[in-house]
Amino acid sequence: MPVFFEKREIVTPGDLLAEGDYIAGENTYKEGDKLYATRLGLVDFADKKVIVVALKAFYVPAVGDTVIGKVVEITIAGWLVDIKAAQPAMLRASDVFERSFRPQRNELPSVFDIGDLLIAKIIAYDRTRDPQLTVREPGLGKITRGQIVEITPTKIPRVIGKKGSMINMIKEQTGCHIVLGQNGVILISGKTTENEQLAMMAIRKIDEESHIGGLTDRINELMKDYKRK
Amino acid sequence: MPGKTQDKLIDKEGKRVDGRALDELRPIKIEVGVLSNADGSAYIEQGKCKILAAVYGPREAHPKHLALPDRALLQCRYHMAPFSVDERKSPAPSRREVEISKVIREALEPAIFLEYYPRTSIDLFIEVLQADGGTRCAGITVAALALADAGIPMRDLVAACAAGKADGKLALDLSDAEDKLGQADIPVALMPTSDAVTLLQMDGILNLEEFEQTVNLALTGCKQIYKLQKETLKAKYVALKEEKEE
Amino acid sequence: MSSVVAKVKQKQIAQLIANGKRLDGREIYEHREIQLEVGVIEKAEGSARVRLGKTEVLVGIKIEVGTPFPDTPEEGVLTVNAELVPLASPSFEPGPPDENSIELARIVDRGIRESKAIPVEELSLESGKNVIIVFVDLYVLNHDGNLIDASAIAATAALLNTKMPNYAVEEGEIKKKSGYVQLPIKNHPIAITFAKIDGKMIADPLLEEEQVMDSRLTMTFDKDGNICAIQKGGTGYFTLKEIVEAAKIGQEKSAELRKHVVKE
Repeated sequence: MPVFFEKREIVTPGDLLAEGDYIAGENTYKEGDKLYATRLGLVDFADKKVIVVALKAFYVPAVGDTVIGKVVEITIAGWLVDIKAAQPAMLRASDVFERSFRPQRNELPSVFDIGDLLIAKIIAYDRTRDPQLTVREPGLGKITRGQIVEITPTKIPRVIGKKGSMINMIKEQTGCHIVLGQNGVILISGKTTENEQLAMMAIRKIDEESHIGGLTDRINELMKDYKRK
Repeated sequence: MPGKTQDKLIDKEGKRVDGRALDELRPIKIEVGVLSNADGSAYIEQGKCKILAAVYGPREAHPKHLALPDRALLQCRYHMAPFSVDERKSPAPSRREVEISKVIREALEPAIFLEYYPRTSIDLFIEVLQADGGTRCAGITVAALALADAGIPMRDLVAACAAGKADGKLALDLSDAEDKLGQADIPVALMPTSDAVTLLQMDGILNLEEFEQTVNLALTGCKQIYKLQKETLKAKYVALKEEKEE
Repeated sequence: MSSVVAKVKQKQIAQLIANGKRLDGREIYEHREIQLEVGVIEKAEGSARVRLGKTEVLVGIKIEVGTPFPDTPEEGVLTVNAELVPLASPSFEPGPPDENSIELARIVDRGIRESKAIPVEELSLESGKNVIIVFVDLYVLNHDGNLIDASAIAATAALLNTKMPNYAVEEGEIKKKSGYVQLPIKNHPIAITFAKIDGKMIADPLLEEEQVMDSRLTMTFDKDGNICAIQKGGTGYFTLKEIVEAAKIGQEKSAELRKHVVKE
């Protein structure tokens, strides 16, 4: 049962990756016995499963994801939040206010106003309606300080690294608090702007070079170099 | 024979006005990711044609009532810039542009997994900056790359190429002059992995045998262009990889 | 644009076709009954009405004298327009031509133009100043599928039926002399449209078949069996084999259908 590419080779949509008794993982599809890539990315094989880690993809909401979004509209029902998905997400007023309390329309902006950034969690999403958010859990809510970096959502695992190796190294080197939104939006807040900039630079590099091996070491070196200056 | 004296398009040795052989494509240059705002973009130069394609989406459908409950909507606008042709063309969409927008959309739809993104719209814009024949094919070629660049999942890339008859000879990738003065032009789009023809049009006159030969010729052109598309998509990342691994 | 077809019906259509039959009992490549009448609108210079099954298209030809295009000063002008008249279908809305109406007009136009049915070089009155302009207006009155074939055959019939005033240039003025002249017609393009449903090809799709089809393929043939126009439509695809097969069958069928228009 043949495979037609090596691990971590770059593949394009329509490339025949494998033929036979394989399972089509993310960014692949199967037709009969043949397994093809659907996106540009790096192919990987794990036992019978074939996946493609996409080099560029947009965020598709999933229940349980932590995301960082921007309030773009306020309606009677609550706030519409841009989480960089195909549809805007909804944060209901009832999530923030007590159930018996019926807020006036003009009280909503005092809690979250248009332009505010939020860390939220997706509590509902299916094919028939837009994603629903909550800010009830600890660690969620309005962002008041820090810097935002946006990367391709599929690279978030790379930013985390094996067992957190990458993200922990960045946190150590920069002393910053970092929140990773599954939608590719990352919040960095540190003691100084310089530290924040360093962390941003490291993360951007990961976004650009995630397909090249030895990344953790390179990023480590990069940050050390930068601090020496 | 009455009428203007016609310069030969193809000489006795089968060489064309621009020096090409009958089965030769015009020189092609393609780039991906050329616009920063669009979700995906690509640019092509094929002979004198210069065409830019950009994709926004999947995003909310505007107007909302056009959204489909079970799949994404693909909207496509093929448009020619006023300065793209010899005589200035009015910016308002012509009937030709409306028809071409439709057939391009229908050529790309089979390749896209629209059912993954219900109630959204994928908006594709193709702008012809300079035209010299074969713009709908080059437009499809570059649009497919823009879609891939946007990370939109596809069954396959779509490669397009035209072939026709000029000066009585079957030729690949007709230029504007060859198309205007020639006897037939057949634009074709192909998803090579499944041998699926998603665009097929013709104007001119051909008998059945010539027709089959011409379509086959166009398909060889499509396959060559498909290779170029794949190389171009990978190019940015391959170069970076090679640089870093030194 | 397409109304929802019940899943049960979709299955039924596909199953019938797999067994070589259609919803209305026809064979796979059989066209519906064609009724053709010419000269139905006396105020038009030429006209024809076609009923292809229940699909009904009326074509009117108007002749005018006007200026030629600057790059063809010695040639008459052909222009084809289509109206998907709102009374023809619940899915047709009033307004400017949409992409379907434009596509229909351009397919029929291509058939006439590329087959050189109208010898435009014979339609010049005063070079660069006055030529004959032929307006072909396709008026769809009832949509029950395959507007293309119906419109194309009606257009060809209407053109054959067209008589224009006897124009002459006298003392630098265009005058209408007595009597009428037949519009010269040198070819008789006929379009044959195939639809692909569940991987199988049929000809002359009914509206219900169009609503479930994957894609369609139209080929227009001239009187010598040459192909003069092709248009693939719809969001599916065709294989090379299907395309070549369609060309062979289309050629035979176009000869059959042409008999309605041109008595041998």
